[in-house]
Amino acid sequence: MTETVAMMVNGRAATVTVDDPQMPLLYALRNDLGLTGPHYGCGLSQCGACTVHVDGNAVRSCQMPVADAAGKTILTLEGLGTAERPHPLQAAFIAEQAVQCGYCANGMIMESAAFLAKTPRPTEAQVRDALVNNICRCGTHPRVVAAVMRASRG
Amino acid sequence: MNAITSRRSLLQAGGAMLVAFQIGLRPRDAAAWTDKAVAADEVAAFLSIDAQGAVTVFIGKVDMGTGVRTGFMQIAAEELDVPMARIRVVEGDTALTPDQGPTYGSLSIQNGGVALRAACATARRELLTMAADRLGAPVGSLQVTEGAVSGGGRSVTYADLVGGRAFTLKVDANAPIKPPEARRIVGRTVPRVDIPDKVFGRFQYVHDFRLPGMLHGRPVRPPAMGSTAEAVDEASIRDIPGVVRVIHQGAFVGVVAETEWAAIRAAQQLRVRWSDWAGLPDQARIWAHVRATPVAQVQVTLDRGNPAGAIQGAARRVAATYDFAIHSHASMGPSCAVAEFRDGRLTTWSASQATHNLRKQLGMMLGMNIEQVRCIYMEGAGCYGRNGHEDAAADAALLARAVGRPVRVQWMRQDEHGWDPKGPPHLVDLRAGLDAQGNIVGWEADAFIPKGAGGNVDLTAAELGGLPRENQIHPGNIIHNLALPYAFPSIKTTCHRLDTTPFRPSWIRTPGRMQNTYANEAFLDECAAAAGADPVEYRLRVMPADDPRGREVLERVARLANWQTRPSPQRDRTGDILRGRGVTYVKYELVRTYVAAVAEVEVNRRTGDIRVTRFFCAHDCGQMINPDGVKSQVEGNIIHTLSRTLKEELTYDRSTVTSRDWGSYQVITFPEVPEMVIELIDRPAERPWGAGEPAAAIVPSAVTNAIFDATGARLRSVPFTAAKMRAALQGA
Ligand code: FES
Ligand code: FES
Repeated sequence: MTETVAMMVNGRAATVTVDDPQMPLLYALRNDLGLTGPHYGCGLSQCGACTVHVDGNAVRSCQMPVADAAGKTILTLEGLGTAERPHPLQAAFIAEQAVQCGYCANGMIMESAAFLAKTPRPTEAQVRDALVNNICRCGTHPRVVAAVMRASRG
Repeated sequence: MNAITSRRSLLQAGGAMLVAFQIGLRPRDAAAWTDKAVAADEVAAFLSIDAQGAVTVFIGKVDMGTGVRTGFMQIAAEELDVPMARIRVVEGDTALTPDQGPTYGSLSIQNGGVALRAACATARRELLTMAADRLGAPVGSLQVTEGAVSGGGRSVTYADLVGGRAFTLKVDANAPIKPPEARRIVGRTVPRVDIPDKVFGRFQYVHDFRLPGMLHGRPVRPPAMGSTAEAVDEASIRDIPGVVRVIHQGAFVGVVAETEWAAIRAAQQLRVRWSDWAGLPDQARIWAHVRATPVAQVQVTLDRGNPAGAIQGAARRVAATYDFAIHSHASMGPSCAVAEFRDGRLTTWSASQATHNLRKQLGMMLGMNIEQVRCIYMEGAGCYGRNGHEDAAADAALLARAVGRPVRVQWMRQDEHGWDPKGPPHLVDLRAGLDAQGNIVGWEADAFIPKGAGGNVDLTAAELGGLPRENQIHPGNIIHNLALPYAFPSIKTTCHRLDTTPFRPSWIRTPGRMQNTYANEAFLDECAAAAGADPVEYRLRVMPADDPRGREVLERVARLANWQTRPSPQRDRTGDILRGRGVTYVKYELVRTYVAAVAEVEVNRRTGDIRVTRFFCAHDCGQMINPDGVKSQVEGNIIHTLSRTLKEELTYDRSTVTSRDWGSYQVITFPEVPEMVIELIDRPAERPWGAGEPAAAIVPSAVTNAIFDATGARLRSVPFTAAKMRAALQGA
């Protein structure tokens, strides 16, 4: 009954074997591949905590069946950049101290990265609209917007 | 000189444990659980220095995403003169850290940090005395740089002096601390130490913690909050591979499986016959329900003069009632914990804000001696009070005991919204009398709020499972700030402490202080309007002469917001969009942090939509350890409380919570966050006060006052929805 799904994750080939192909990608990333950057927040595509890139698009991994990831290219926060080679957004989030608990930070950064790839020179209002479906309970919003603007200036 | 013990075992035990914890292994042996000093009057409870000179700070207060960990490191680095990079922090571990009470009430720096500072100052004095001995130079001539003491042409390091041995020294609260002019680390903005790991996906939250052989559990909560599980049909999940066990005890039902997804599916699919229950009040009549609830205790928090008589004889009388809805913590990450039983002992990892209390509660629930229970804090999603972390730990403990293997429990979104403890409904009646000049001659406030204070919020698993628990309600110290910081000639503020409240209550950021300040400051605005007075000027009129710091925050925020002196409401009612501004002031608990704010709003007269466009805040919490950390807390307070003020409201039917996701429990979104202008007043020579809550207290009143200024209509029921706004505009 098990199924094996092969995908590219953070630039490397990865396979996961699952009992249920309908299992959301989020659990494969967190539990099978040990990538805990994406978080479970709602499982309902309402909060953004689980966001990853699938073929370059920001996707809510809590609602995407792992079977649908077969053959796709997945990027998680861990693959976006590292301390040695940070993505401009990661550097900007540090510079603006745009994190409190940081549970939302994965979604903020991954959503913004996909957004900036399409809209490299946004206005602040565009940034706020782009993040309208990303929840933060700690109130980091102004710092997140400042960080995205900083990253967009390069 | 025997302030340093050479019992190597002490630190070895501590050291071994730390390593064990950091790489996720178990404590090594029985001795390791109790060897380290944790009594809050011992320096060793707070501090150790190893053979390499690395400093470990042990602290009972936990970070919870506030950044206070970085503040603790600054305090230790400053007092000891060691680089921040040489310090690490162990938080909230019952085997290792002192019991400094729960992390609540904006006391982490004010109490926890001050205690740490005293421990470090005591240690430094001891180290200098030892160094003077060793170097043959007088203490007064010694210099400390990066953990090395020099004098008389020679130097000796802390590691040489005490490395690897524990301090055996009582904390001296009067040990001299560094004077403001000598500080180089405290009082300056320091980047938070946790942020890089968080943005690179390397930070280990409790949600990410794994143990070898660990299973996954999920609670299966009753569909009606008071029902019990009459029968559980285990066959209903037989087709799910990896299910290990179904646990059923009274109304506590849980599943354990090999994988997280199997546990989630099993919890969804498990068929349970639940008894009927419909014991919740009718939400549409909640305030009548509150008024009808028996009063357990009456507490008068301020009583001066004869306000009833003064109001009776006043030239003008004003009266109003304010209410504040039931709220969920609605944490971004559902509560999560891991529990393990081993050799008859229980260890839990959770984001509990009160591990020492949780330990007692788990011991009670499970009938275990608390010596056999260890609770370890690991950071979770931001927590603004007592949310579900402790309950998840209790769930995990019950499941782990049943299966004999470590179990991780993470609640689903509906568990979090549905079953976290709630901020209780809050109702305040106010009456005031004004003289012919509009001055307040008498003020009476009556709050109708549940009984209880801080304490242990009963564990859901214990409640549902019929297991031992304290069986008390603890909504937090919600009586604070019903008393006002103003010099009214006569005043009486009374808290009617209700015997029950519909949902298990707990404290959510600024409990009671915020709701009471909201009612008081909005009602004071009503008095100012009745008097035809400018709201800032009206407050300054009653500011006690001996409270210059209060006057200063108000005057500063007025300047910051370019406040135009005039009474409310403003007179221009043309156009669809009406604009206004409102002011508020609080002196937190009447004894500490001062905050004043001005909100600017736009109200759409047709739709009732309310937009807060700008928010100004002046904030005085005395000495600041990390100014940017304070600013970040103030921003968080304002945004979180704007969310609560404008949008949040628990909904429920007669059986259960119906707002169980982010669609039905809406919170603030990016486009709704106003521009914020924050002025922090630094007072390095004063003692530090809390900043994690006070700025929340001024938000709802600033908003309703601004709405009144814009429209002439007064909103007295939180949340301030567009529907309520439209209704108020029709009545205005
Ligand atoms: S967890 Fe996926 S959107 Fe909330
Ligand atoms: S930083 Fe805590 S939820 Fe955003």
